[in-house]
Amino acid sequence: MIKLGQFAGQLIAYTLFAVTIGYFSASPAYVRLAPDQAVVKLSFSHAGQSVGDCYERSDEELAKLAPNMRERVVCPRERHAVSVELSLDGKLMYRETLQPSGMSRDSASSAYRRFTVKAGRHFLKVQLGDRSPEEGYTSVLEQYVELVPGQVLVIDFDEGISNFILK
Amino acid sequence: MLTFFQHGIRRLFDLADAGFNRVFGQTCNPLHQLGALSFYFFWLIVVSGLYLYIFFETSATAAYESVEYLTHEQWYLGGVMRSLHRYASDAFVVTMTLHLIREFAFNRYRGARWFSWVTGVPLLWLAFASGIGGYWLVWDKLAQYIAVTTAEWVDWLPIFTKPMARNFLSQAYLSDRFFSLLIFLHIAIPLMLLLAMWIHIQRITLARTNPSRTLAIGTLCALLAVSLVRPALSQGGAANLDIAVSVINLDWFYLLTYPLLEVWSAGGLWLLLGGLTLVLTILPWLPPAKKAPVAVVDPDNCNGCRRCFADCPFEAITMQAHSKRPGFEEAVVNQSLCASCGICAGSCPASTPFRSIEDLVSGIDMPQLKIKELRLKTKVALEQLTDDVRILVYGCDHATDVKAVQNSGVAALSLPCIGMLPPSFLDYVLQEGSASGVFITGCAGGDCYFRRGNTWTDQRIDGQREPVLRARVAREQIRILWTGLLQKKELTKKIEDFRVSLKAVGHD
Ligand code: HEM
Repeated sequence: MIKLGQFAGQLIAYTLFAVTIGYFSASPAYVRLAPDQAVVKLSFSHAGQSVGDCYERSDEELAKLAPNMRERVVCPRERHAVSVELSLDGKLMYRETLQPSGMSRDSASSAYRRFTVKAGRHFLKVQLGDRSPEEGYTSVLEQYVELVPGQVLVIDFDEGISNFILK
Repeated sequence: MLTFFQHGIRRLFDLADAGFNRVFGQTCNPLHQLGALSFYFFWLIVVSGLYLYIFFETSATAAYESVEYLTHEQWYLGGVMRSLHRYASDAFVVTMTLHLIREFAFNRYRGARWFSWVTGVPLLWLAFASGIGGYWLVWDKLAQYIAVTTAEWVDWLPIFTKPMARNFLSQAYLSDRFFSLLIFLHIAIPLMLLLAMWIHIQRITLARTNPSRTLAIGTLCALLAVSLVRPALSQGGAANLDIAVSVINLDWFYLLTYPLLEVWSAGGLWLLLGGLTLVLTILPWLPPAKKAPVAVVDPDNCNGCRRCFADCPFEAITMQAHSKRPGFEEAVVNQSLCASCGICAGSCPASTPFRSIEDLVSGIDMPQLKIKELRLKTKVALEQLTDDVRILVYGCDHATDVKAVQNSGVAALSLPCIGMLPPSFLDYVLQEGSASGVFITGCAGGDCYFRRGNTWTDQRIDGQREPVLRARVAREQIRILWTGLLQKKELTKKIEDFRVSLKAVGHD
């Protein structure tokens, strides 16, 4: 009798174990994006302009250097920070000044931001400045976009045309 | 505060233990073998994973199709292996987490035992990294969710100059190189996990890494049943980074924290997990445990028999050349590893109360309760017994309090661990103390607070382990009850049963 009770108890325990594992391994569902929403991702990796002008060394200066170091034109390595601003339907979504990477601040500034927005038609404006702050934004993209639900719209910076592109 | 938590959780475990003990028996109680079960599930994951790897295509475009082939065309083996791989991984997280909570609740993580605890903490990270990496490889919609979310989370750390999430902006950004790295990681991280598991049990003698056969078969059948009833499937077709993930079925065992990233920032989640890791790591010192007394070897009484060396559950004893007797060995106690259980004193052949020397000194003794004192206390306890049936109870400080069951026919002594009781004491109590019976009790079978005290005691009495109980001792005059904490009712009843049976056979 006890044996039977134990057997039943074990069966219940193993069933509970199996059901718990089976259930929580893929339930309950998680709603990450409502059915009427789309995603906008702003991401780029772009190096700001050099902080100073290039400079030409005189012959005397060159002579003082080791032979393998005698480069006539030297350019400062440091880059400007890159400022970026994104607005949607006139509403500011993101504004940031991105510092250059690298020990000597000589590499690209990078951004990655994901936004969840309502699907439909939107007016998108994205601007970028890669020089001194006084010069303001130097690249601007303004455009109407039609987003279908679930769509991922990527805004990247194209070095070729020096402006943002939508993908 | 901490002890409040500890006691509360301990209560829950005690309740669950009572149920499982009834259904599975103490030796097959899964809650007594959570570490061993974790090891077992790990091996199931390895075996099923190796099979999957044979058919797995290692490029982002072909990976999904190869998993689909296994799941549908070869459902009877490949599909089952895939499901087993997933469900054993889930079971692994369950037993690992319960194991952690249990070691905490039973206070088995402090003092000399800090090492097992602290080396357990990285196992959490490695286990989760292994599981999450596995879901990534399927490259379905869930993998897409994991890829984007993990990358966004990792990007919060100043590691990469270009955000990792740029790899998953859209289909156009995806590279096979990154995918190869993931596959490499899904092999490398579990290997690191295995190494870390090995380190985790380094300070434990004869660590239990295999569950009982019943449990191994039972859990395997349960996992196979889930695999057949609810086969592991890919979700939403192959990953397509151009279409966002909207509704997804998460494996909550592994991905419980992921939705938090939508609510909090990545930094918030790092703070939570980092903080939790830090608290767990320093937990054994919150506050520092009082240094427990450490076993002391007396070279004059140590003949180098190696029994304490074999019985110490925490590898605290080593053997070295004898300081006084050339050609012999001598036990040496590593102060920082000694957990103060006294199992060594129970194993020492010099710990016999029959020795006639005035100053009884064992080869290895516990300062808090020397063998000489144990003999004295035993004598005093026996003198208090006035009934015709006289029972002496030896219990342990970590199981049911034996002092509470004393009366004119029952006297009780509590030891740090029942494994500290040399079997010769049973002989002594019955011969010289003229008791009717000796009742031995302690932690539940397979769940000794000091890991092995009750097992060694059983084996010593059964004559399977030195020092053995002498054959002349009538076994009917000995009764053993392994039970947990707070089992006073059961203890009282079993002692009463014992009294009745002693009277019946005329031991009064
Ligand atoms: C991969 C997951 C893990 C596995 C496979 C595992 C396995 C084991 C095994 C086999 C033992 C020895 C049990 C015995 O024979 O007495 C053990 C002990 C221990 N484990 Fe784990 N463990 C894991 C994770 C953890 C974690 C996350 C913690 C806590 C942070 C932890 C804390 C401990 C402690 C404190 C002990 C020592 C218990 C004692 O001194 O009696 N373990 N573990």
